[in-house]
Amino acid sequence: MAVLMDSTLPTRRRPLGTLIGIAVIIAASVIGYFLFPNNLALLTRIVATMLLVLSIDLVTGYCGVATLGHAALFGAGAYGAGIVSAHFGITEPLTMTLIGAVAGALAGLVSGIVILRAHGLPQLVLSIAVVHLFHEVANKASSWTGGSDGLSGITTDALLGLFEFDLWGRTAYIYGIVLLLIVFVSLRILVQSPFGMLARGVREDPVRVAAMGASVHSVMLRMYVISGAVAGVGGALNAISTQVVGLDSLSFTLSAEALVMLVLGGTGSLYGAMVGTVSFMWFEDVVSAANPFHWLTIVGALLIVVVLFAPKGLYGSAAAFLSRRRGGER
Amino acid sequence: MSLFEAKKLRKNFGGLAVTNDVSLSLAAGDRLALIGPNGAGKTTFVNLVTGHIKPDGGSIALAGEDITGVKAMQRVRRGLVRSFQVTRLFADMTPQEHVALAILQRDGKASRMFGRHDAMRPVVEEVGEILHLLGLSELAHLKVREIAYGQQRLLEIALAMALRPKVLLLDEPAAGVPQSETARIERALDMLPPDLAVLMIEHDMDLVFRFAKRVMVLAAGTVIFDGSPQDVTQDVAVREAYLGSYANAGSAA
Repeated sequence: MAVLMDSTLPTRRRPLGTLIGIAVIIAASVIGYFLFPNNLALLTRIVATMLLVLSIDLVTGYCGVATLGHAALFGAGAYGAGIVSAHFGITEPLTMTLIGAVAGALAGLVSGIVILRAHGLPQLVLSIAVVHLFHEVANKASSWTGGSDGLSGITTDALLGLFEFDLWGRTAYIYGIVLLLIVFVSLRILVQSPFGMLARGVREDPVRVAAMGASVHSVMLRMYVISGAVAGVGGALNAISTQVVGLDSLSFTLSAEALVMLVLGGTGSLYGAMVGTVSFMWFEDVVSAANPFHWLTIVGALLIVVVLFAPKGLYGSAAAFLSRRRGGER
Repeated sequence: MSLFEAKKLRKNFGGLAVTNDVSLSLAAGDRLALIGPNGAGKTTFVNLVTGHIKPDGGSIALAGEDITGVKAMQRVRRGLVRSFQVTRLFADMTPQEHVALAILQRDGKASRMFGRHDAMRPVVEEVGEILHLLGLSELAHLKVREIAYGQQRLLEIALAMALRPKVLLLDEPAAGVPQSETARIERALDMLPPDLAVLMIEHDMDLVFRFAKRVMVLAAGTVIFDGSPQDVTQDVAVREAYLGSYANAGSAA
């Protein structure tokens, strides 16, 4: 009987889960706003990175594709939004964000086509090759991208014609939170949809998915394009808030760090991606201020501890612990 | 008219004909068992039928259309479905999600990026019916990793049913199931739609005798017997093939 009664629970709980997620994001943003009023730039960077990590989660956590080249999608969004502003005078922030999303989606399509040709280790190597290629293209096309000096001259109109992007970064921060909320809700809908279920199926057993008559490759490629759009929004947010785009936004380092953040938080859950990003970047900020000489060592040690003792990541392990507790009480 | 027809299928691996001019045809409602000693070429034949390997000769037709060059995925969409000898399921997903996904895929709705399967009434109802039919209702919301292997085998059959195939290829449906639970598999097989053409690969002779109306025996890549289950044990060639293989394996068991 217990099984039967329980069986209705997940259905009712999940829409509630989205609302709780929205509430938590808003609460955390408000707390951040008042706790660190002089550090909104860092908070906005965390939000932009969160979008990148969510984007990796879509292909890695939900579809099981290993990638160390996802910054290519983020950087494409950043350069897309930056170039239209600096070179074409398109300075309306919503349009810039949209262009960033499209640029990211295109980069997702291109890298997806390349990366999905292989599996496992070769796939990982291809993803690294892709991000290096993107990096090199941006470096060489310096008349468009500013090369190694970075793309400057990005200007942005007031948001909706009302809110100027101020020096303290208040507008950029709030804009970032709104973008994050929109992406979060869209992705919740996506991962719970039939397509989201199909993607999880691909991660668990592609052979079974194919035996149902679905195209594994097409599922992964579509997810790559969506993931590109999400990363592109993150990149555009970065370009809008900092008004500069550097080659580091297309780097292997950023790709690897973002993957680490995802693993830290826990793969295969939107919350894991967000928790991982905040934990990593906050920890990095605190530790690097406290001990500028050994902070990397300390970050490394934290990662080893998490991977060894909480292999499902901070969020994944906590969620598993809680569901065990609930199971025990039943 | 035959629903499925394989004509003179041939596959060579390094000069060795693993499948040697095997022909087979199935009509609606057929229950055919394909048996044979280890190494007879059953697995290769399955892979040729599903389209996972290409034949070196011969042709395959489904419902009158030639599908020899059609990809595995497309064959499934046309109604040629298989189950797996070793369960292939999504460990982290529930039986309800499995069956719902199969139904949505069958109806061309598995790519929808909005809406939830458990809010789609017709899907929920059909999932409920199929799981009930196979006695899996109580497990509907448990993760597959949490349910017993015998029940996972039943879920394999549930997935095949949900796809509503024309031709179903059952690859050892009772493999790995404890003897005490094979009766449930048999009952599940009895519930397959009567007009479905079924080709079963099986080692368990009790199951073969109860299920199949016709038996084909494969040995060294060739069909050596095609007839009724009653006659197969009397056939000299079949006995030799089985005894020979056991003798070679060094076991009389």
